[in-house]
Amino acid sequence: MSDFSVIGKRVHNIDGTEKVTGSGKYTFDVVLPNMLYGKVLRSPHPHAKILKIDTRRAKRLVGVKAVVTGKDTLGHKQGIWRRFPELCDEEILCREKVRYIGDAVAAVAAIDEDTAEEALDLIDVEYEPLPAVFDPMDAIKEGAPQIHEGVELNININRHIEWGDVDEAFEKCDYIREDKFKCSSQAHVCMETHDAVASFGHNGKLEVWTSSQSSYYIQRLYADMLDMSESDIRVHNRHTGGGFGSKFELDSAQFPAAILSQKLCQPVKIVLTREEEFTATKRRTPMYYFLKLGGKKDGTMLAKEVRVITEGGAYTAMGATALYLTGFFSSFPYKYPNYRYDGYRVYTNTAVTSAMRGFGAPQSTFVGESQIDMMADDLGIDPVEIRRKNGMTPNYEVPGQAFIQSCGLHQCLDKIEEHIKKQGKLPPNHGIGVSAYGFMSGGIFNWFNTPYAFSAAVVRINIDGKVDVYSGTCDMGQGSNTTLAMIAAEELGVRLEDVRMFSGDTGICPPDLGAWGSRQTLMGGNAVKRAAAECKQQLLEFAAAKMGANIVYDLDIKDRWVHLVDRPERGVSYFDIVKEAIRGKDGVAIMGRGHYTPHRKGMISPAYSFGVQAAEVEVDPETGRYKLVNVTTAHESGTVINPLGIEGQLEGAIMMAGGYGFCEDQPMDEGKILNPSIADYKLIRSLDMPETDILEIDTYEPEGPFGAKEAGEGLTNPTAGAIGNAVYKAVGVRIYDLPITPEKVLKALKEKEKQQKKAKK
Amino acid sequence: MKKQLKFKVNGQPYEIFVEPKKLLVEVIRDLIGLTGTKRGCNSSSCGACTVMLNGMSVKSCSVLALQANGTEVVTVEGLAKGNELSPLQKSFLDHGSFQCGFCTPGMLMSSTALLAENPKPTKLEIKEGIDGNICRCTGYNSIIRAVTAVVKGEYKEAK
Repeated sequence: MSDFSVIGKRVHNIDGTEKVTGSGKYTFDVVLPNMLYGKVLRSPHPHAKILKIDTRRAKRLVGVKAVVTGKDTLGHKQGIWRRFPELCDEEILCREKVRYIGDAVAAVAAIDEDTAEEALDLIDVEYEPLPAVFDPMDAIKEGAPQIHEGVELNININRHIEWGDVDEAFEKCDYIREDKFKCSSQAHVCMETHDAVASFGHNGKLEVWTSSQSSYYIQRLYADMLDMSESDIRVHNRHTGGGFGSKFELDSAQFPAAILSQKLCQPVKIVLTREEEFTATKRRTPMYYFLKLGGKKDGTMLAKEVRVITEGGAYTAMGATALYLTGFFSSFPYKYPNYRYDGYRVYTNTAVTSAMRGFGAPQSTFVGESQIDMMADDLGIDPVEIRRKNGMTPNYEVPGQAFIQSCGLHQCLDKIEEHIKKQGKLPPNHGIGVSAYGFMSGGIFNWFNTPYAFSAAVVRINIDGKVDVYSGTCDMGQGSNTTLAMIAAEELGVRLEDVRMFSGDTGICPPDLGAWGSRQTLMGGNAVKRAAAECKQQLLEFAAAKMGANIVYDLDIKDRWVHLVDRPERGVSYFDIVKEAIRGKDGVAIMGRGHYTPHRKGMISPAYSFGVQAAEVEVDPETGRYKLVNVTTAHESGTVINPLGIEGQLEGAIMMAGGYGFCEDQPMDEGKILNPSIADYKLIRSLDMPETDILEIDTYEPEGPFGAKEAGEGLTNPTAGAIGNAVYKAVGVRIYDLPITPEKVLKALKEKEKQQKKAKK
Repeated sequence: MKKQLKFKVNGQPYEIFVEPKKLLVEVIRDLIGLTGTKRGCNSSSCGACTVMLNGMSVKSCSVLALQANGTEVVTVEGLAKGNELSPLQKSFLDHGSFQCGFCTPGMLMSSTALLAENPKPTKLEIKEGIDGNICRCTGYNSIIRAVTAVVKGEYKEAK
């Protein structure tokens, strides 16, 4: 498949010039005539009854146009798991009760941000504080404060996954180990905070500009919350300043802005502050992990049992999906003949936990890859070898769950083994840790209950041969518009610059579930490819008639040349064919429709990508401080559509996933996040960033467009595990809870020293 | 009580009246209308609002607008000459040194200021030069490669 003319070229994202010149418009930059500015009042209590909200003083402030509370809403509750009404539990503007510090209780629209801010201080809220609970292990106990009415032991949802006979298999194991781990939270830290401009007209229709990963979800959730018809709501997705899983549920910028605008029939803009972004948007799910792993002396794994309790925070959000996926990906990327998972998501009086890049899999990969290294160490087997022995292979069925077609895990292991050997003997206190992973290319599940195809696209060819692609996908910076434009150009046989993308605008684009679960390349790409193919078919019909070609010849288009496949020199210009085809169609532009919904692909995903990562660290045993020296990743994602795009995804993932392992954390005191600023929230900056190398492995995924699959999210999975394993290799201490901070390393080193002294005595 | 602010932005003189508490970033974005300069934290810790003030990079959310009186400010909109991008802009494109693009104007301004002060920085100096700018998408290395390419003379300044 090397005869691509567009795919596989290193191109910068098609919105690049707008981004490097500052001319690209984000929601943050949207200003409409007559626009007001909104601010949101939030609960200072982790758990309290709202007794009374008095907005009279705020309303009297000059410049304030409206103040709204939960009483101004219809009292509906939003949720992504729309098939289950009991899991739709978030009012956004609370009416009777607040459940975490940051829950919204009122919102103000004023002539400027300063006035709106000032008005917040003039809203008098009377609360009755209630006993609160912060840790899921406490929340699950008898007698713990009940966060949602009727929810026993605060268990929001539980998931069970099982195959084989786990108990019988453990009986047959030569080797069994049980471990406990704790995975921490993580903030998305999108550079553009959550924001929205909502504008109700006097016709009762709503138009919204918002920074989002799924315009369709936002449109549908608005419709639910406002009792409106979907088509009366138009959601625009401009440039989006990052998403990473935080921007596909209706949020406390979007909803209050709409409620205020509805009251005033004026546009209202709300931009969350950085502090609100840390405290009142969603975050990665902290998890308690209990693992039991059994196998034979030769390293063959026979059974794995996993129990997980996750800190849900105050509402369900996408956390229910994270609970499911962490359970499924705990089996990855290995062939466990017997496997059992039980996961519980528990409500707590803390900020809501939900989706974040990797979606439960960074947690499962950290704990799983740590434990497999411990097993390898105990049995005296090389870490790469134990992974090779048990790793997934092409055409493998995860019993009753999933079918894996393409899989390059073993080639990745070979490459990483070579890489490690090449490093030779490492200096003292250096260590290289290995971690293997897999991830999905979009989810098959439809808990959102959409009646639409998962992805859809319309392609239109204009009289000048230029191609317009309409897709409901959202480009949040990952470059999906570029990927989809390349797919359209390749399919149609035109150049990338001939394609113009229209995406994420529910007014003109067919619905697509959006940018989450690494679904856009495969699902959005298939829809675009099919729509383009439909256009191409129409052009080729005209071309065949015009050229008078014998019907045994196949026609194709490459680089704007319509030709006979077997005699490429015989052809006509693409542009001429377009003009004539449109004339022949009575002036109707050439249009094609495409859609994609996975069928007969198991329960999880139509395709999976794989990789193996090796992280090298240098530890200072005196202080516990360590440096990320190098992270090398062998990686496969099917056909690479845009190599430059993949490199960006990979290096960016290392910054984020390395941060998860290395430094990022959200410590709390009684439900209050203690570091809600970029100054205090430690993340990897340029000076901490390790060298990054990529070893790309060729695979081809039959289900993907031109053989492509996921490339953005899976890369977030391995790094924390690789760092943990590297620290162990370097200085012999194992850290069981994230992040792996110098304090923890130092403490473990001291403990180790103590044990060694004891043993000597 | 508004006060007069006289300064140049991207070579264009402005005389405007601003409230003393207005930040430079607010004046650039809201009054002058140059929205390329972003705001990510309002506490000078993310770098998205970086501009050049008399040739030095500053975080425009930590400068009062009136402090810029009599100065020359350059924003990301001032980097290209007509339709010709600056060497750093071109290099950022070729190296894929942006994704969501929200940090990009600040990154470009920090890098431009760095090269103005030190045309031949080492890799460590480049890293130090952008250490005050957070990028959540790229992992920085593509930005460092882009700056390095300019340092090596691979991109020429427009005449």
